[in-house]
Amino acid sequence: MTKKHLRFYGGVQPQESKIASGVAIVSAPLLATYVVPLQQHIGVPAKPVVAKGDKVLRGQLIGEAGGFISAAVHAPTSGIVKEIGSCLGPVGNQLPALILESDGEDQAAEPMSALDWPNASPDELRKRVAEAGIVGMGGAAFPSAVKLSPPQNKTIDTLILNGVECEPCLTADHRLMLERPEQVIIGARITARILGAKQVIIAIEANKPDAVALLQEKAAGTGVEVRSLQVRYPQGAEKQLIYSLTGRKVPSGGLPMDVGCVVQNVGTGAAICEAVCDGKPLYERVTTVTGTPLVAPGNWRFRVGTPYLEAIKLAGGVKTDPVKIISGGPMMGMAVYSLDIPILKNCSGILLLAADELRQYESTPCIRCGRCNDTCPMAMMPGILSVQIEKERFELAEQWHVLDCIECGCCAYGCPAGRPLVQLMGRAKAAVQAARKSRTAKKA
Amino acid sequence: MTAVFILTLIGLLLGLAIALTVHYFGVPTDPLAEQVAELIPGVNCGACGFAGCNDYVEALVAGKAKPGHCPSQSADALQKMCELLGVASEPHSEKVAVVCCSGTDQYAIRRAFYNGVNDCHSAMQVAGGAKGCVYGCLGLGSCSRVCPFGAIEMRADHIAVVHPELCVGCGKCVTACPRRIIKLVPKSAPIHVFCISPERGAVKRKVCNAACIGCRKCVKAAGEKQMFINGFLASVNYENPPDVNVVTVCPTQVLRTEAQPAAVAAAEASASPAAAATKTAS
Repeated sequence: MTKKHLRFYGGVQPQESKIASGVAIVSAPLLATYVVPLQQHIGVPAKPVVAKGDKVLRGQLIGEAGGFISAAVHAPTSGIVKEIGSCLGPVGNQLPALILESDGEDQAAEPMSALDWPNASPDELRKRVAEAGIVGMGGAAFPSAVKLSPPQNKTIDTLILNGVECEPCLTADHRLMLERPEQVIIGARITARILGAKQVIIAIEANKPDAVALLQEKAAGTGVEVRSLQVRYPQGAEKQLIYSLTGRKVPSGGLPMDVGCVVQNVGTGAAICEAVCDGKPLYERVTTVTGTPLVAPGNWRFRVGTPYLEAIKLAGGVKTDPVKIISGGPMMGMAVYSLDIPILKNCSGILLLAADELRQYESTPCIRCGRCNDTCPMAMMPGILSVQIEKERFELAEQWHVLDCIECGCCAYGCPAGRPLVQLMGRAKAAVQAARKSRTAKKA
Repeated sequence: MTAVFILTLIGLLLGLAIALTVHYFGVPTDPLAEQVAELIPGVNCGACGFAGCNDYVEALVAGKAKPGHCPSQSADALQKMCELLGVASEPHSEKVAVVCCSGTDQYAIRRAFYNGVNDCHSAMQVAGGAKGCVYGCLGLGSCSRVCPFGAIEMRADHIAVVHPELCVGCGKCVTACPRRIIKLVPKSAPIHVFCISPERGAVKRKVCNAACIGCRKCVKAAGEKQMFINGFLASVNYENPPDVNVVTVCPTQVLRTEAQPAAVAAAEASASPAAAATKTAS
């Protein structure tokens, strides 16, 4: 248990390109309209609790959780609900959304009562996390209150706060740790109290020595450990991070709680601190807007529902034409085709790529070089699997554990044949999950 | 001379061995089953619901299945099969697949450049593919690859076209299409609506100039019993199909005969104002 690996199997080391790491977080100015999706999380969309034409205040509940795996949504500013319709989401799907017309006053609703967290009961704290609509802010957007309610038979002894930020280009978590270290640490301690975890680790990649030093200084005497990890992508992936820090392996098809761990993003930690100590719900987040085509890349505190176009305008607009715009980082982000997409609770970055940074390749047959096997952090065989998936042999792919793929993109990053390995894996995962669903439906 | 003798002897001995093996170990075949099997195409398309043609024939001969489950059979073959099996003749309804989309590159707007796996299901995962219309044909050929009869052509302008003379209506493409735009319709029906988008006309026209705009002209021309309007989408009543001449009233050429594929319709429509609008939009 005490053996410290500080690294994991496989992985790659892409160019960091963290050009916005020195730019302090600025609060984005108010906009005239916000498009607030009611589904900013994994699970059931939130149910709107306001009607068209209603006046809402900043931080007011506008959508309540629609089911067990769901999260509440709050108004990003004060104004009038212009329409309850739909909008385009970052993965190209239509999301139910509220169009909010700002009145320019940014009047705050009465905040929830601040909790005295060292004395509050875990249930009380957990309820607050749910009320504040907090979701995993690292990218997955899994409702935090659900994550912090492990089943009775699982004991969580270790909480890991993920400040690794191994995606190239993104700097939002780095800046947050530098500017609000107290919030991150208190958020970690609150989460540990909810889970009853004894060990609390804040994990940071070694390329952010300033953040490591600052957090170590602030965390002295609180029982929170700050640890620096080897720079290697995907160090920040949940399963890899757990292995690096504790040497425990999450079983195939299992969750971190199966090995007594919970991993949470530092941004989520800060949001939990704000929700508990200040009674502030989650309606804004730090997002990096970066890329060489931008005039002034940087980090902003955006209200949820800010369209990408406004974010790019804030970064000074473009000096050269971007050829690809990505929601998230370059390794795992999704290319978007519209700038009307709003920033959601899980949007860690908007990345613009110029023509000379991007290669459009022709995909050729697998040459069996095995480079993907060496880099796959889940120790899978992406090349061989992809050949089977192309032939739609999904049952074989399931036997070969295609569902373990974390879609980190290491295999495709190094593939000399330019094969779209991650896309094929995603295809197989969808097919296998659909087949499993129909199998269970048949049994029932 | 000796060589010839030895080889002949070996040949005779081996022939005898084969004859004996067949006599003692041979599997008896039902002559009726063989005759029945000759009446179905034997491509194992699976449309009958059995595990291949042999399985179906066995079930037929054993009296566990009725003739008429094989869609790729001609009416004559079905009649013969009924006579062979000694059952009452079944009514034969020939079906054919129709790709309900007219969005060729000339008409449908592309919102993105897609360079990924050449497969419709994979493209669906990347922001729902490159075509502006989220209901339209992705044109990457998942349907044409599963067709056991080679009846679906993937045109260079990114649309799938079914050749009705080759299609037997097995329905494999219907389930293979992630957009569910392929329909099985009676082969006798003369015309079809080549659009499936339920959106409002204005929304459709933003992404495709060959969409059904729900103008009701066809309903007026053919009559309420031959054509329906469901929301903003016209559809043919296949139980009481309209006359072929109705196609002339359709302003966007989505109501067509199958023999008049999208590209031909496009060429004809290029003189119409709709096509002119596409050119300026693209």
